[in-house]
Order: sequence, then structure tokens, then C-alpha cells
Amino acid sequence: MNFSSKWEPVIGLEIHVQLNTQSKLFSTSPAQVNSDPNVHANIVDLAIPGTLPVLNRKALHKAIMFGVAISARISKTCRFERKSYFYPDLPKGYQITQLSDPIVGKGSIDVLTEGKSAKTVGITRAHLEEDAGKSVHDRIANTTAIDLNRAGTPLLEVVTEPHLNSPSEAASCFRQLHTLVTWLGICDGNLNEGSMRCDANVSVRQRGDKALGNRTEIKNVNSFRFVERALHYEIERHIALLEQGESVERETRLYDVERDETRRMRGKEYSDDYRYFPDPDLLPVAVSEDLVESIRRSMPELPHVRRERYVSQLELDHGIAALLTRDRETSEYFERANRVTGNARLVANWILGNVGSILNRDELTIEEFPLSPEALGKILSHVDDDELSDAMAKQVFDQVLAHGNSVNEALDRVRQTQISGSGELRKIVQTVLDNHPNQVKQLSEGKSKVLGFLIGQAIKMSQGKADPKQLSEIFRELTSS
Amino acid sequence: MDTIQSIKQLCDLMDTRQASSYEITSEYLARIRRIDKQLNSFVSLHEEAALRAARLADKNRACGRIKPLTGIPIGHKDVFCVKGERTSCCSRMLESFVAPYSATIVQNLEDAGAVSLGKTNMDEFAMGSSNETSIFGPARNPWNLDRVPGGSSGGSAAAVAACIAPACTGSDTGGSIRQPASFCGVTGFKPTYGVNSRFGMVAFASSLDHPGTLTRSVEDARIMFDAMSGQDLLDSTSSRAPASSNTSAATRMTLGYPTSLFSDLPFSITNALEEARKILEGQGNTIIEIDLPHFDNAVAAYYVISCAEASANLARYDGIRYGHRSMHGSTFDSLCEHSRSEGFGQEVKRRILTGTFVLSVGHYDAYYVKAQKVRRLIRDDYLRAFEKVDLILSPASPTTAFRLHALDREPTEMYKQDQFTVPVNMAGLPAMSIPCGFAEELPVGFQMIGPHFGESRLFSLGVQFQTLTDWHLKAPNVLA
Repeated sequence: MNFSSKWEPVIGLEIHVQLNTQSKLFSTSPAQVNSDPNVHANIVDLAIPGTLPVLNRKALHKAIMFGVAISARISKTCRFERKSYFYPDLPKGYQITQLSDPIVGKGSIDVLTEGKSAKTVGITRAHLEEDAGKSVHDRIANTTAIDLNRAGTPLLEVVTEPHLNSPSEAASCFRQLHTLVTWLGICDGNLNEGSMRCDANVSVRQRGDKALGNRTEIKNVNSFRFVERALHYEIERHIALLEQGESVERETRLYDVERDETRRMRGKEYSDDYRYFPDPDLLPVAVSEDLVESIRRSMPELPHVRRERYVSQLELDHGIAALLTRDRETSEYFERANRVTGNARLVANWILGNVGSILNRDELTIEEFPLSPEALGKILSHVDDDELSDAMAKQVFDQVLAHGNSVNEALDRVRQTQISGSGELRKIVQTVLDNHPNQVKQLSEGKSKVLGFLIGQAIKMSQGKADPKQLSEIFRELTSS
Repeated sequence: MDTIQSIKQLCDLMDTRQASSYEITSEYLARIRRIDKQLNSFVSLHEEAALRAARLADKNRACGRIKPLTGIPIGHKDVFCVKGERTSCCSRMLESFVAPYSATIVQNLEDAGAVSLGKTNMDEFAMGSSNETSIFGPARNPWNLDRVPGGSSGGSAAAVAACIAPACTGSDTGGSIRQPASFCGVTGFKPTYGVNSRFGMVAFASSLDHPGTLTRSVEDARIMFDAMSGQDLLDSTSSRAPASSNTSAATRMTLGYPTSLFSDLPFSITNALEEARKILEGQGNTIIEIDLPHFDNAVAAYYVISCAEASANLARYDGIRYGHRSMHGSTFDSLCEHSRSEGFGQEVKRRILTGTFVLSVGHYDAYYVKAQKVRRLIRDDYLRAFEKVDLILSPASPTTAFRLHALDREPTEMYKQDQFTVPVNMAGLPAMSIPCGFAEELPVGFQMIGPHFGESRLFSLGVQFQTLTDWHLKAPNVLA
């Protein structure tokens, strides 16, 4: 998206990642937000007098895993601060968070941008903090109800450097982080339920300027597309103001999905004083190198590493490698199918093509796809061995999906329909030979590659019912004489 | 039954079947009913529950299921949650708050067989040195009813001194066990920070709050300590408890004596302290002079840190989920404001405001960060001293019990009450206040301070002292 050659947007993101731990960050309540109100609020979550926080080590480990994945410096100690403010859904009157010493320091991720190669975006920090509860305004008339199920659930707040220069880059960065945290298995990635929430800071400056313009913050956007649209609107608003010689006011804005515009939420003129100080209830926890190392060893191959391996070792195109590593489930499916078949390009094309269109049609995730990757691999290995035409493989595939047959059953059935009577095949081969005198000549000159083309033509003519292996033999027989 | 009974003596009575827990508990409840109108040391009584627990204890004892505190009635400072009972911290804010759970130390004591008599009076949210900030009115000093019992654990100290409870729990953030123990002539003890769990103790200043006990003797303090201490997974700052008695009472110790601390005290107090020193010296302990160079900065730094922590700890009282809710206010902000204005007393508000100020942008470094530096220096002073000495001797309080309302208009004078006790909390050290005489018919206590996890030394020196003196065996005639 190009706003004008004159103006350059500068964007940084703050993304709240809800970590998918069993229990909350500082209490043993289940970290389940979507239950009946307040069923997962124990005495610690309710801030009953005398209760104390106890760190959930699993949340710490997940945060460290994220840090390792973005090659960040991991803090040697895990410390927490109190951030004080009064709000009805903040039971303690302060939030336990990390200010001075975030568990994850500077790191980076590669963001794939449209039409361009990957761009390295700096991650400033990522820190652990507890979420607040929810104020519910529509449940009881004229009353605000409080649901504390979410209070105390663990968040990892990821802050990027202002390295993003377009709404699509920002959306892509958000998507990339989504891929990473779901890939690592530290977040369920459910955007609709608020498992990842994005705040975008944006300013606009004249191209070539070093100094940043006044920035505004768009709060709480929970989809890739909305981040892109909200930023698009906001950048145009900034540019319009600047071109009229006006200045952009520092403020926090909300994106209205219905109207596709941002609206002022509050100004920054009275900056809040959160009175941060180290939480005396939580002593610093040492993070040993051994711990970091054992977490590193437990981690799956990372998406960008896998992507590059697909390109360099499996000789897949960049675009296909990127699509296959967009989520871990697809990539795992590919890995398992490819282990059976061994023809990466074939398997990739099938997963992104035939499998993908059924997933779209039936609105399934690849995990819900009824055909196991091993079964697909088995079908495709017959194609790879030239025992089965692509069209026949598709028939096998469809049969397995439609009738729940085993691959072997479907293979038998499809083979029965295969034209195997050599008389009929000979007729087809002869017709192909007659129709392509040039290729026949080339074949006789030893250009064996042409055989593939001729076999293809014959399969086409047989409407996919001919066995390529058999065809190949007949071709040899008829042309060698 | 004699008026004065230690835990140990009560156990003997039960062991020898001279009295049952039911009889003992009934007797203490009767004393409370008889005397406590004057003392106001208890703010709630658990009569039925106590008698039920006493009967159960008797059954257990009859079956041979005897634990260290089986059938012993005790009082809990109203800062500790006792399940199903009101835990008010003597504040209007929590006047109707019934705890849905029991504090770890309460549970530990119960598990050891103790019977809870009720909750004792205290300064509101443990903020005060005279018990005068309680919404239930001040507890009185049983040695002189016109005088304060000290604070904030004033109710516990008064009750143990008057023998209407054999022992009570207390909490000590800046001296709240040791100063009232000294004012009332009982043994006040708080162990190393972290040894007694804070879970279920309503927080005042988390890094300084120490649960502890007020008892008739050092021996009783040790029995209580063994029962209530121990690592608690519900308190991240808790640590394993050291053994209470691996030093024999006969061990000769080197005792540090910071002479300068004694210089400004009234003659009658120094006299008593001097006597105590001589007794200990006479037992073959060596007294050596030590210096605590940053001592004078402790009170100021303490009020910065404790108020800062309190300002956040007390932010949960917003009138939404429990506690006092104002009838006024239609928005959250105004409801919260009214509830807090009505629910908190003046001293609590003063400390919340102070704490809010010292944590504010532009003041944080000048106050909070600086106070933490002072805290480290104070701690270092002690650590250095403990390279040379086994224990440190010190006054417990600069005065004896003063008259009610004497310091009403002088909050900073009140804060100075804590000058000898505050530095110990800043360093998280174990300490004990032991009765060592009288000045103008009011009890005087001296303080022994140990190194981290040096509880056993305190117990052995304390026992040593109490085998040679009988100050701890005296009781006021308020009972007569």
C-alpha cells in the first residue's frame, strides 16, 4: 500500500499473548476464561485479604521458550513489579507485571512481506504479566457486572521496535507472531476469544526525516485484517492533518470495525502514574542457563528454520515453503506425508491444492482432515513410482474421503476401472503416435524425455484410466520396432 | 488452677489429668468475660467453637493422640484469617469481613492441637504503636488501665499479661510484637523473615511483616514456634524453619552491646537493662561493644518502605468484592473514594498517602530507592556485627507504657516508639523482647536480636535469663 511518496509511516506493535497454561499466573485457578462468570476465581484471584501470589513456573517456561525462539537475551532473574491503578475488574488494585527487567530482552523475527523478501523486525522486549478481569455491561441492566475468570491469567506482552512501515507489514508481523506462538504451543491463537490482542503505535514522518512524528496508539485490535485497516485509516488521517499543516495529537484511539475508522478514546495529556515498585511478595526467581538449555532442547523446529530447510534441502519454492510453514499443523502434516512419499514437491502440491480445497470447502482445519498424512503419502508414493496417474490418485483420494475406504481398497477399486486390456491401450498408443509424428521422430533420435510427454497424452486420452507403467511398455514396444 | 499458667504448665495439668482442656478453656473464657470489659483485649470470642475444639482435644488426649498444643487455648491477633470468623484488622473497612480460609500459621497451630479463643485487639491494619487506632477502641495495659498496652499487637500483649490467654499470636512489622511485649511485661518473639508463613495474615508491609507470638515465657515461645513455623508453598517468601533448640542453654555466648543506643533512655529504664546485662555477664557470657552506624536512619527509611508497600497492599479495599461499601457514589471512582474515605481511619489514610507520594513519578528515586539503600546498609551493619557476636542486646522501646492519648497529636513521636525494633525488621532478623524489670511500676523489656535463622540462640539465652529471673512470672493485680 502506498500512501504517497512524500510520507512514511512508522509502526510498532504491542501484542498481548495469552499463554495457554493450565492454571493462572499466580494462583491455582484454571486459566479458563470462557466459563460461567467467576467460577474460576479463587481467594487469590478475588484478592481476599491475606492471600499471596505464587508464580506458575509453566508460564515462565513458556515465556522463555518465546525468548529462545526470537533469539533474545533471557533475563538471569525473573522479577515482578506492581503497577497500581484502581479499576473495578482489577481486584488487588494493582497488576503484577514486569517493568525494569523483562524476562525476554531484545530479539527479532523475520516478517515476510508481500512481493519482498523477509524483513527483520526487532522485538524490544516481552514480559510476563497477569490479565485483569472483565467488566460486563450488557448482562444486568444499568449495572456493570464483574467477571474475574480472566483475572490473573498469564499474558506475555510482546513489544516490537518501530520497524514496520506499512499496514500490511504490521499485519504480517502480527500474523508471524501468531504463527510463532501457536507453533511453539504457548498460546491457542484464538483471535476471536482474545487470545492475542494487538495495540499499534503509529506515526508519520516525511520520507528522509530522522525524527519521528507524533504518534497515536490504536488499542485492542484482534484480527490481522483489522490491524491493517485500522492502520490504513489512521495513517491517512495523520497525513491529512499534516498536509493541512496541523499536528497530530498524542492520544489513544479505538478502531470501530463497523465504520472502519478509528476514534479517540483518551488523551495522553494527563499521563497516568502507575507507581511501579518491585512486588515484595515475589522474590526474584533465578533463571539458570540449564533451564534455558533444557527449554531450548524441548522446542520444535522453528517455522523459519523449517521454511529455509524446505527451500535449501527439499528444493521447494519460497512461496510454497512459506505456505507450508504458516502453521505447525500443516507443516507437520507435510512432514509426515513426505516421510512416506519422499517427493516433496508432489506432496506439497497436493497439500496446498487438493487437500487445501477440501479444507476450505468443508471449513476444516488440517487436524480435522479425515485422511491421515501417512495415507496421503501412500497414495502419492504410487504416483511417484509412476504406478498411478495424478488423475487416478485423485480418484483414490476422493474415494477414501467419500466412502471412508482404506487406501488399499480404494487403490484396488480404481485399478479395476483402469484400462488394462492391452488391445485397448495399444489403440490409444497408436493414435497418440499417429498424432505426434515430430515427437516420435525425436524419440527415435534418442530423446527419451519425450516419452513422458507421449505417456501424458495417452493418459489424457484414456481420461486417466490408463496405467502409466503399462503405457510406457507399449510405447517402447511400438517404437522400438 | 493457679492464675498464671504457661503452656508448659497447662500441658502438665492435662497430662496429669488435673484439668481437661474443656475446664481450662472454660476458665480462660470466664476470665475474659470477667476482666476484658476493662482491658478490651479481645474483639471477638469464639466461645462455642473453642469449647467444641476443647472437647475434641480431650478426646484426642484420652486416646493418646497428643500433640504439643493439644487442648491449649490461644488468642489470634485480628490480623490473621480464621476460617468462618470475622477478621477485621480492627478497621471499619473489614468490620463485617468473615474469612473464608485460615492463615497457614493458624492452621499449623490448630493442627498442633491449639484451641482458638478469639481474636485480639490491634491498631487498625497493624498501623500504630499504642492500639489506639482500633475501631473497637484501645486495649488497656493491665498493669495500669490508664496506659496503653503498646501496639500494634496490644490486645495480644494485654491478654497474655493479664493471664486471660496463655499465649497469643501477633504480627511485627516494625516492632508490633516486641514493643507491646515490653509494655505489658510478657515475652514477645518474631523469627527470621520467611520462617513463619505470611499467607492469611492481612498484609501491611509485605517485606517487613513478621508473624510471631506473645507468651508468658521463652519456653512457651519455642513451643509455639515449633508448631507454627515452616515453609509454606502458598507464600513465595517463606523459607524452611531452622531447628529451635540445637544450642544448649548452658552455652556461653558473645553478646553485642551497642552502648550508644542506651544513652538517651530514661534512667529507670537503663537501670533495668543494666541489671539484665549484669545477669547475663554473670553467667559467663561475654559482652562486647558494637557499632550500628546506620541505626539513626532506620525509622525514616522504614516509614518510606512500609508506607509504599501499604499503599499498594491496601488498594484492594475498594468496596467492590467485600468489606465496607459506601452508600454514596454512583460510579466506580466515587464509590471507591467514598468507601475508602469512610472505611479507613486517619492513621491508615496518612500512611496510604505517604506511600502513594513516595512511589510517585519524580519522588520514587528520592524516597523509595534511597530508603532501600538505607535498608541494605542497615542489614550490612548487622551482618558485620554478627561476624563477631552471637546475639545483640538492645532496648525494646524508648519508654515504658505511656498514657492513652499522650501522643495523639504527635504522629512522628509515635513513630519513634519503634526506633529500637524497626531496624531489625529492615534486616529480617529474629528477635525477642523479654521482661527484665519495672520502672515506676511499669514493665520494662530488653531485646535480643539474632542472626538470620539464629532462633535457637535466642531461645537458649532467653531460657538462661528466665531461669535466673522471675520478671516473667509476675502478673498485674487487675485479676484480683
